[in-house]
This record gives sequence, structure tokens and C-alpha cells, in this order.
Amino acid sequence: MTSQLFFENVVVGMEIGPLVKHPTSRQLVKWAGASEDFYEIHYDKDFALSTGLPAPIVHGRLKAAFLGQLMTDWAGEKGVVRKLSCTYRGMDLVGEDVICKGRVTQKYFADGANCIECEIWTENQKGERTTPGSAIVVLPSRG
Amino acid sequence: MSSSLSEAEKTRLLEDLREKVDKAEKSVVIEIDKSMVRRFAQAIEDPNPLWQDEEYAKRTGSGGILVPPEFFCTSMMSGGGCRPEVPLPYDRILDGGGDWEFLLPVEAGDTITSSSKLVELREKQGKSGKMLFLTFETLHKNQRNELVAKSRGVTINLE
Repeated sequence: MTSQLFFENVVVGMEIGPLVKHPTSRQLVKWAGASEDFYEIHYDKDFALSTGLPAPIVHGRLKAAFLGQLMTDWAGEKGVVRKLSCTYRGMDLVGEDVICKGRVTQKYFADGANCIECEIWTENQKGERTTPGSAIVVLPSRG
Repeated sequence: MSSSLSEAEKTRLLEDLREKVDKAEKSVVIEIDKSMVRRFAQAIEDPNPLWQDEEYAKRTGSGGILVPPEFFCTSMMSGGGCRPEVPLPYDRILDGGGDWEFLLPVEAGDTITSSSKLVELREKQGKSGKMLFLTFETLHKNQRNELVAKSRGVTINLE
């Protein structure tokens, strides 16, 4: 594990990530089983093509989970991810990189907690944001 | 994509759907065991030992393997499987996105009761036909009846 991040070390504008994922059809099948989403457009190429898609597409919720990993990695063991939000704006095709990134937008103390708000997103190899969202993380104080 | 239903059937299903707002509910009980959490972490390829190594997790003060917050992002916890069935008038169904709030830590071995409700229906006229945005809210409680997480998710139904 990397060293713990503290509230005092965070400044607005700080960048988070990137966490680069390369979803293969094997990963989409593993996700289908682990998450219980068996919709065929994610792993059956013939089915995906028959619906007009160019290839099987990455589950939106898998991209949400990737963003969860981005934030739990960043928060460290003593940090807590309080909130995750995202919208599935664009499709990502199997075999293409999903690049998870974030940026700190606010830092404040509320209800006894050191809160950090971030914008988070996944982008594709062209730099298009396919899963924009936000997160709130609570960090320990160096104290 | 051509629709499989007549206009009259679509209208009737839409009226039924409107009736379900704030009424359609469903509860699902899931015991989150170690192997489910490991399988989840392996599926997203997250090597964090907190989700897979029991001894490591215990050294951080936890009672066992921790459940990563994004485990609640799965269909199993906050999607199709735990939502009430509602009539959908149109053919195409898309997942629009979600919000998840994590209130208390969850460990492998916890039994989570997820109670979902259809809380909002928005109707829009898109370029290629009618669009419905259904918002489902799910409250997740553990075996001690503590609220551990809240989920909101949007399903889009397109004509």
C-alpha cells in the first residue's frame, strides 16, 4: 500500500490518478458473474452486433466500480469514501483503455469530518469523458 | 428499433407505471461472504489486501475482510436484481447512472437487507421518441438494523 494521505496535504485542484484499466472480454465475464449482470451485450459478440453495437460494451457499473477503486486507493486505509456518483454518458468498447481520473474541487470541515470533494471521471483513449461523476472522501488529519 | 407493442398497449403500461411511483417496493436479503468479496475484487482487478486478505484486514482493526464501498455499485446490490418489477412501455432500457452513499463499514459475513422503491418518474420527449427516467432508491441495512449505505439509480426507457 502507498503511504497515507492526510487532509493537510490536499489542495484544491490536486489531480487524482490516473488508474488505467484495460477491460478484456474475460474481465467483463468475471464482472458479470461477480455483480450478477448477465445482459449479453457485454460479453456475447454476436448478440452485441445484432443490436447495432460495434462490439461488446463495458458495463456502466463496472466503470463506477473502477472509479470506486480510484478513490479507495487515493483515500488510503485510514481514509473513507463517503459518496460516489456517476452517469454513464458514453460507451466504452471491450479491449479499449478506460482511464480513471479525478481532481479535488473542495476541501472543508463538516460534522466533525475532514471532507474532500472531487470530480471524477473515466475517459477513453481519445480523451472523451464517458463516465463523469463526483466523490466525497473523509481523510485523517496529520494532527 | 421497431417497437413490439401497439400505441394503446404502450399508453396502458405508462399509466400503470405512473401508478407505481412511491408504491412499488422490494426487499432482498444477501449475506456477503468472503468468496463474493474476493470474486468482486478479482473481477475489477483491485489488488488491495483489505478486500482479499483476512489477516491483513484484521491487523487494521477490522473483524475480517472489508467489503469495498463500490461493491454496492453492482446489479446484485443496487440494480435490477433488487428492484421491484415495474411495467416498461418501451423496448430499449439503459442504465443512466447512480449515486451511492456509504455510512458505515461493511465486513464479509454481514447480512445486508436492501429495500428498494421507485421514487421518481420523469417523462421527456426526445428526438427519436419518448424517454422515461425512472429513479430507484435503495436503503441497505445490516443484521443490526443499522443503515450502512444508500443507493439511487436511474433507469432510462426509450421508445
